[in-house]
Formats: sequence, C-alpha cells, structure tokens
Amino acid sequence: MTLSMAGVAARLKVAPPQRARKLKLPLRWISPIALVLLWQLASSTGVLPADKLASPSTVAQSAGELVANGQLGEAFAVSISRVFFGFLIGGVIGVALGLVSGLSRWGETLLDPPVQMVRTLPHLGLIPLFILWFGIGEEPKLALVAAGVAFPLYLNLHAGIRQTDPGLVEAAKVLGYRRIERIVHVVLPSAVPQTLVGLRIALGTAWLSLIVGEQVNADAGLGFLINNAREFLRTDVVVVGLVVYALLGLTTDALVRLLERRVLRWRVR
Amino acid sequence: MASAVSIRGLRKAFGPRTVLNGIDLEIAPGEFVALLGRSGCGKSTLLRILAGLDREIEGTATVPGTVSIAFQQPRLLPWRKVWRNIALGLHRPDGRAVALKALEEVRLPDHADAWPLTLSGGEAQRVSLARALVREPDVLLLDEPFGALDALTRLAMHHLVEDLWVRHRPAVLLVTHDVDEALLLADRILVLDEGRIVATHHVDLPRPRRRASVVEQRTRVLADLGVDVETAA
Repeated sequence: MTLSMAGVAARLKVAPPQRARKLKLPLRWISPIALVLLWQLASSTGVLPADKLASPSTVAQSAGELVANGQLGEAFAVSISRVFFGFLIGGVIGVALGLVSGLSRWGETLLDPPVQMVRTLPHLGLIPLFILWFGIGEEPKLALVAAGVAFPLYLNLHAGIRQTDPGLVEAAKVLGYRRIERIVHVVLPSAVPQTLVGLRIALGTAWLSLIVGEQVNADAGLGFLINNAREFLRTDVVVVGLVVYALLGLTTDALVRLLERRVLRWRVR
Repeated sequence: MASAVSIRGLRKAFGPRTVLNGIDLEIAPGEFVALLGRSGCGKSTLLRILAGLDREIEGTATVPGTVSIAFQQPRLLPWRKVWRNIALGLHRPDGRAVALKALEEVRLPDHADAWPLTLSGGEAQRVSLARALVREPDVLLLDEPFGALDALTRLAMHHLVEDLWVRHRPAVLLVTHDVDEALLLADRILVLDEGRIVATHHVDLPRPRRRASVVEQRTRVLADLGVDVETAA
C-alpha cells in the first residue's frame, strides 16, 4: 500500500473462517514472544549495542517516562489532530468529487480523467511541491494527509456508485421513485461496501502520510519526538514513537472493521 | 369500462432490429393475460414499455392506473429487511402493518425481519410479489417471475399467484415461455412471434385448473409456437 498511491479500488474481502483462526491464535504468539526475548538477550549481552537498538525493557521504561512527563501525550495529541483535520479535508474533497463523478455523466467525463492521471503520481513524492506551496508549517502536513485520503475515497466511492445493480434502480423506478429518491434509497446504499474499503485504505494512507510529513521540519508531534531522539541517539524513544504509530494505525483499522460489521450486517451468510 | 391496458400500433426498434412490429392489445380490468413466446420475441420489451421503463416507442401504450411489476429476479434491496422492502412499494417508511399483512398473504409471516440474502429463491420471489401487490396495482406485470425457480417451488407459486389475483383482482400480464403455466393461470393467451401477436387463445376452463384439464388446448397453443407435439413425442 505504500508508494503505489494506495488508491486502487481494492476488492471486497471475504472473512476467513473464524474457527480455524481461534484455535491457532495462542500458538501464533510463540514466535513473536520468542523474538522479543531474543532481542532482549542480544541487548543484555551487548551483542546489540544500545545506540543501534535499545533493549525491549529500556523501550518499555522510556515509554513509561514519556507518558509520565506528558511528552508522549502532547506529541500524540498534535499528531492525532493533524491526521484528523487532514482526513477531514481529504475526505470532503474525495467524497464530493466521487459523488459528482459517480452520479453524473458530465461529472465523470470532466472529472475522472484528470483525477485518474493525478492519482498515478506517488503522493508522498509531492512533498517538495507542498513545501514550496504551503511552506514548512502545519499546512504541508495536512495537505499530504488530505492528498493521501482523497484519492482512495474518490476511487472507491466512484466505483461503488457505478457498480450499482441497474435492476434495483429499475425496480425503484417502477415503484414510482424519482431520481433523487433512487439515489438515496438504492444507489448510495449499494455504494457503501466499496466506500468502506476506500475508507480503510484512506486511513492507512493517512497515517503513512503523517509519518512522512512529520519528518519535514516538525516542531511538535510524534515525528518531532522521533527525530529529536535520533539527534541524541535515543533509539529507545524512536522505537516508542514507532510503536505508537503502529498502535494508532491498528486502532483506526479496527474501528473501521467494527463500523463495517455494523453497517454491512445485511451481508449475512 | 375503460381498459386496464390499451396498446395501439406499438412499434419498437433497437437500431436496425425491429423488436415489436405493430402490437394492438386491450386488457380488461381484472383480466389475466399470458404472453407466450420464444426467447427474443419481444415479450419482455413489451412489458418494460408498459412498466414505463422504455419510453422511446412508436404508437401508443397507455396504462391509466397504477402498475406494479415482479421481475424474473426478485430485485430486493439487500440492505433493507424484508418488511422494509415491501414497504418500499407503499412509498412510505411506516408501512410495517401493511407489509406484515402482505407477508401473511404470500405465506411468509415469520420473515418480516429477515435480511433478503438469507431467503431462498422462492421466498425472495414471494417477497417481490408482496412488494408489487401492496400498491394495490390496477395492472400487475409478471416478467417470467417463476423462471429461476425449481419445478416444485414453481407449482406452489402458481397457486399463490392465482390466489392473490382472485383476492386483489388486478389485470395481470404474465410473460412466460411455459405453455402449461399460461394455460393454468390465464383467461387469454397471446402468442408473440417476431414482434407480432400471431395467435390468441381464450381459456374458458373452470378454476382451479388441473394439469390434465389443459392437455387438449396445450397441443393447439404449442402448434402456434411452432412445436408439433405429436411428432416431437
């Protein structure tokens, strides 16, 4: 999902059988735990020097300190708000364009070609331009997140609308539903599954864009915390920052899954 | 009394291909008409025109009252529970009571809160019928609604449709290529071939009809469809 613009209209996934997963879960923890133990062993015996990678216990300790002195919380809040507002901007743009181009022939004719062209650009590569356009403050970071969000949302919403079963639209037509009512009752609901796929991709890209954006001259946020730590060879703090990024990504993904399960509960089988 | 359906000089072409080539047809209120023909003879096109789904025609096709249609596929909205799909036909969201009554009529009283994807083909088709009927249509169009069902379910559906027709008395236009189905259900059978009505049969047999009672007329209808039963057997 990294540099390939993440904007592919991915296929809807089918959940793997639950039972097989449940049985395997405890066993699947064996190797990750063993790896952490191995890492700790390598650090304790000096095979792995602390200026290359701090030991798990040091990382845990630093995490505790950063939480206690409020640094992590502050950085966390800054980064979250960047993703939030960037996502909001990109979401509004992506959904608006997707609706126009999905619902109107003219919209599609005029909008889709340029959007399809621009989406082939790796959006993370736009940083130099964004710096020239927006300077080095908050704006280029928000713009980067917004760009990462808008495209997958646009593509999947557009595809979802276009995939509407014409038979269902016809059925509504015969029942006397006007165009706007058909859109509300038939077209938009049938685009929801594909749009949720887009939402998940968009959230993944949003975090990725944030991380890259925060490498550029940040004076606050998780990226700043990490870069600052690098200056002082504090690999423990770098790892803490990375773990927080990962947890944030996992959390938002889990939230979308939850949303999917709730909204798509009609897809029973 | 005014006709439920009135068609005069109806022509329809898709590009160079003429699908309907001069159809004249009157259907009386409450009459059950079956439209028989081979695939591609234009029967579904005629139904789509009557349903208002195709307006680029020559000639006139008027349906003064309300129209409902049940398609070969049930075409239920999968994200709406069964009763809400039926209420869709009422065009108002609070039609639960009416929907429940309709579900009882199609003998699915326990499925009001089911999701359409959990229904069998026959059940979904019955919901589709209920949705078409809650509007109390003057004309009910049936586009091979039993075509995708297994033989046993189809038999049950025939009885159900006849029941519902007797109770609500809409004019019915049933498109099918099943001669037995047409003979069991219809007052009048039209045979459509190459865009024209080439034969009309009145079926005056008493209802409910049994298979055996229609055998004699079956041979004549099949002959109009170009099927010679005597030699085919």
